[in-house]
Amino acid sequence: MSSPVQDLSVLHQRREQRLMLVLALPALLVILLLVVLPVGWLAWQSVYHNGFTLENYRRIWSEDIYWRSFALTFQISLLVTLFALLLGYPIAYAASIAPRRWAIVILALVVLPFWTSVLVRAYAWLALLQRTGVINQLLRQFGVIDEPLPLVHNTFGTVVATLHILLPFMVLPLYATMQQIPRDLMQAGASLGAGPMLTFWRIFLPLSLPGVLAGSTLVFVLALGFYITPELLGGGRTIMISMLVSRNVELYDQWGAASAIGVVLLVAVGAIFFAVSRFIPLDRVLGQK
Amino acid sequence: MIASCCRRALLGVSIGAFAALSALPANAQQITFVSQGGAYQKAQTVAILDPSAKKLGITINQDSIPDAWPAIKSQVASGKPTWDVVDVPTGYCLRGGEQGLVEKLDFSKLPNGAAMPEAYRSPYSVAYEFYSSVLAYSQKKFSAGAAPNSWADFWDVKKFPGRRALRNHPIATLEAALMADGVAPDKLYPLDVDRAFKKLEEIKPNITVWWTSGAQSAQLLNDGEVDMVMAWNGRVSALTKEGAKVAFTYNQGILQSTSLCILKDAPNLATAVRFLNEAVDPVHQANLPLHIDYGPANPKAFDTGVIKPERVAQLPSAPENARKQALMSYAWWSSPAGEAAEKRWVGFMQK
Repeated sequence: MSSPVQDLSVLHQRREQRLMLVLALPALLVILLLVVLPVGWLAWQSVYHNGFTLENYRRIWSEDIYWRSFALTFQISLLVTLFALLLGYPIAYAASIAPRRWAIVILALVVLPFWTSVLVRAYAWLALLQRTGVINQLLRQFGVIDEPLPLVHNTFGTVVATLHILLPFMVLPLYATMQQIPRDLMQAGASLGAGPMLTFWRIFLPLSLPGVLAGSTLVFVLALGFYITPELLGGGRTIMISMLVSRNVELYDQWGAASAIGVVLLVAVGAIFFAVSRFIPLDRVLGQK
Repeated sequence: MIASCCRRALLGVSIGAFAALSALPANAQQITFVSQGGAYQKAQTVAILDPSAKKLGITINQDSIPDAWPAIKSQVASGKPTWDVVDVPTGYCLRGGEQGLVEKLDFSKLPNGAAMPEAYRSPYSVAYEFYSSVLAYSQKKFSAGAAPNSWADFWDVKKFPGRRALRNHPIATLEAALMADGVAPDKLYPLDVDRAFKKLEEIKPNITVWWTSGAQSAQLLNDGEVDMVMAWNGRVSALTKEGAKVAFTYNQGILQSTSLCILKDAPNLATAVRFLNEAVDPVHQANLPLHIDYGPANPKAFDTGVIKPERVAQLPSAPENARKQALMSYAWWSSPAGEAAEKRWVGFMQK
């Protein structure tokens, strides 16, 4: 049936595959050590304590403090993602159409906050937003308000500070995607009589969607695990999942319970990804070609 | 979290190296002592640790950690703890004792501890220093004659309008709620938890911030973010020293302590016991308030004459001030009822 030449090429292909596998081994080992093992250990902790037990999961299921925290965490993460998109898109767009020199300036300003600690930035927001803070003082001076606005020690303050910290994670993937959109397409659109708005809506926006999804995914997942900002700017009411994890370790000294929360969060995020992937090809989002 | 873990790891490494070096001279006795760091640990080093080390002829290695409980648990669970003596909130010693993480003390070897009031010690611990959860307020908002002076005043939002903050933790907060509801300071225990939470629901809409760290509580008052707060006395008096217009009252304060206890199977058990006795010696104890705003746990410290009368008046554990306050029962808080109350807190905060 098959010719000797074909056999040879199949053999050759197999050998190449094996070689690739050997070459990939160190990388796989690193993944095993740094990703698979810790997560596996986490999952094990959550079900094993002097024997197999589902107690930790039963508690999450039956006590409504966990439900409330999960709901609040997803709610805040969604809000942060939405605002990051609203703010990040114009920034990335501006950087992508600006002359190279300006693009560098814009991106540098976006990345600059990475150089300061999250903790410092949280305190900075406290100084800006509190009753006697800069913003309230200015508003009062200009007679906009009589009483200071409650800008911090609530969900609002938490969202603002988290948004500030996560914005670069939205802008950078967006910029990367936008940069790859061929400008010829817009010119082609214009040559067919479309105005700038129409070319944006019909050509640029759809082509930038992979960046939108990549950025949104990144911001959403990172926001789910935030700890310092809700702790400092939430006024004690914004109890996110991460805070329950720390409480379980510090207060109840139950590593199993803390691990179980981590596993549930992981599964929840995985489920969301799965659901999203049915509508949107995730490989395009996560690994752009 | 990250910062503290790494600093601890670094400290651990340096202490390990130090221990290895100092182990070279034959039979030099040493212990590892763990406290909470910062200005507090510096003060006790000068006041208590250095003089004790000198008197006993031992080396005291130090480590510090803001929250020692998880570390104590994992150290003892590993079977080879590296720490000997810890200075922690008394409740940890009691809970640790119940869970077999802390050594039972033989008070015949601890004459200084045995001489202290019974309420200040447990089979596993000896009180080490006192602080108080007090009602503090802004003097800009409340003049001296019209300042809140009790937890009932704190709860009275009509007579004392203003913004308030409480600690995001049930310990001392439930006590304050019950006193606001009319329970006498010496009749608090066992706490009527339902009644306390009910009273807390009442004030909840008027709480601007539920603070999580001592520094935060002081900052809130200093920034004018709140007008009234439950805070630790040392934090408030630190503000006063910086010239802030704030004050506090010891009336109905909740007198709390940290205690010393020894980890189960501590590497230097005998030396640790000797140190523990020395650390509550009246003279060393009297030294502490000369360096920081915490009170000695050994009441005999007030008889040494080391602390000047005007200083005595400022200290939470001075007899005159202690009389106005409620003494926290760590035994109750580490009982099943206490732990249940602690667990109820998160649910209360979320509603």
